[in-house]
Amino acid sequence: MERLSFQRRFYGKILRGTLYLCGGLTCAVLSFLIAYVLYRGLRGITWELLTTQRSIINKTNGILPNILNTLYIILLSMGIVLPLGVGAAVYLTEYASNHRMVALIEFATEILTGIPSIIFGLVGMLFFGQLLGLSYGILAGGLTLVVMILPTIVRTTQESLKTVPQSYREGALGLGAGKWRMVRTVVLPSAIDGIVTGCILSVGRIVGESAALLFTAGMGVALHGFWEALNSSSATLSVALYAYVNEYANVDVAMAIAAVLMLITLAINLTAAQMSRRFKREQEGAR
Amino acid sequence: MDHEFVRGAGKKLPHQTIHAVGRQAASIGQTVRPKRLLRESLEHTMSTVFFLCGFLAVACVLFISIYLILSGLPAIWEIGVRDFLFGDTWDGQGRKFGILPFLLTSVAGTGGAVLIGVPVGVLTAIFLSKMANPRTVTVLRAAVSLLAGIPSVVYGLVGMVVLVPAIQRLFSLPSGANLLSAVVVLAIMILPSIINVSETALRAVPKEYEEASLALGATYTETVFRVSLPAARSGVATAIVLGVGRAIGEAMAIIMVSGNVPNLPASPFTPVQFLTTAIASEMNYAAFGSLWRQALFSIGLVLFLFIVMINVILNTFIKHKRER
Repeated sequence: MERLSFQRRFYGKILRGTLYLCGGLTCAVLSFLIAYVLYRGLRGITWELLTTQRSIINKTNGILPNILNTLYIILLSMGIVLPLGVGAAVYLTEYASNHRMVALIEFATEILTGIPSIIFGLVGMLFFGQLLGLSYGILAGGLTLVVMILPTIVRTTQESLKTVPQSYREGALGLGAGKWRMVRTVVLPSAIDGIVTGCILSVGRIVGESAALLFTAGMGVALHGFWEALNSSSATLSVALYAYVNEYANVDVAMAIAAVLMLITLAINLTAAQMSRRFKREQEGAR
Repeated sequence: MDHEFVRGAGKKLPHQTIHAVGRQAASIGQTVRPKRLLRESLEHTMSTVFFLCGFLAVACVLFISIYLILSGLPAIWEIGVRDFLFGDTWDGQGRKFGILPFLLTSVAGTGGAVLIGVPVGVLTAIFLSKMANPRTVTVLRAAVSLLAGIPSVVYGLVGMVVLVPAIQRLFSLPSGANLLSAVVVLAIMILPSIINVSETALRAVPKEYEEASLALGATYTETVFRVSLPAARSGVATAIVLGVGRAIGEAMAIIMVSGNVPNLPASPFTPVQFLTTAIASEMNYAAFGSLWRQALFSIGLVLFLFIVMINVILNTFIKHKRER
């Protein structure tokens, strides 16, 4: 076999090398990020930090309020967005007969996905804060997040509804079920995996969100009960990280929060990967 | 009762008819299938409910646009369109509201991030889809989705603690919080979306193209760069536009590394403020009802227009692809 010219071999090698370099670079950046945050942050995670609130008198820092606020806001916004998003997806895949309407809704969902979170925060502040007169708090923040997460839930649910075999629907209708009954008893249960994956992704987004919450949920770090937190300034973990850097100039606590966030992100990613693997297996099993 | 239901299932009674039947039944006073009526009306209610859920997204988009325009325009009128867009000084207290520094910074920052992020991202995508063995692919994919999941404040924090001092020392500057740091952070942040979209596009390239090229005597590397990559160019273009969208809208990651001074981006080492970070950092200081605060809403409007523009471009790309 004739050998390739030197030039071609040379270019090939260089290009190949660049490819490996870029793949390696992506991995290196990620490993560095994880390692650095955990190395600097894990030392700061103490029992006291996790179970107390910030006290100026004792000069101690605690992130318990922020952990709770994060949970509150997850509960509130997921509780609202889940029925709405799943409903929208059901409409798009099961009910809609008007193609224009479907295209319009899908376009709107796409635009919502693209809107930066700071814009959500701005409009949320203007609407919930100024117009409806809600004060900074979990309620205003949660409602803002509902609009932000809506597209994620709609998209993932829609994807998994599309994979429900048409024969299931025909079977249900043939047995005499109405459309709603078909959706409720056959279609939605078969799509549950996708819906759960969507929920996990959304929780990930809520946990990581900060710009949309700065002016809606606020930056308060005092401990509140759920009902109290609804309308008093309450920072979630991500916002608290920013607050600790910006207001209290305490990088160590911020690093500890970053490590907590990193662990949560890792857990969420692993769960989502697990879910989608299971999802795929079941799909293959069904075939 | 159940076979009544079976008969009713196939045909769809218009709303009016259902009510007419209902009234008739009531007037006759017989036990005429109240359960079926209930079901029919339930079906009807549920389909309305689902429609409303679906329409919610459209309503939200409309609402956000109208609300942003309504709250953003007054300040622009008061300041004057030219002074607002092309004024080169921004001073909240001094009542000077020219957003040119923010505009140019956002454009420069996004451009820089795309310049670094796109080559690395696309090449990583090529590596993922054409070169790597399955095991590496699994690891690298997990890494990419993890990168996408890390909260932006964490990027900002690590940037502030590691990158800013490094750049300060490397170029011996008074402060490392400048445009360059922001560009690097942004470039890392847009990597995942660029990798994901380009990888999907590259995988969708028909095998025949590559086989034909290989059969003609091109090496595998040449095939990938001369055949697969051009064939996937619309996907790569989509990836770039998506990356631009993400970079221009990012706030919290760069607020901690960019210096937060409304300077024109004269060099990579100027401390700057972006459209997004201007809103985020000044909103707490601007008094309610002041022109300052309203001007911040106007910045939001400008940012929103950018995003809508990007979406329109994105849509034409996708449409173009479908038509081909």
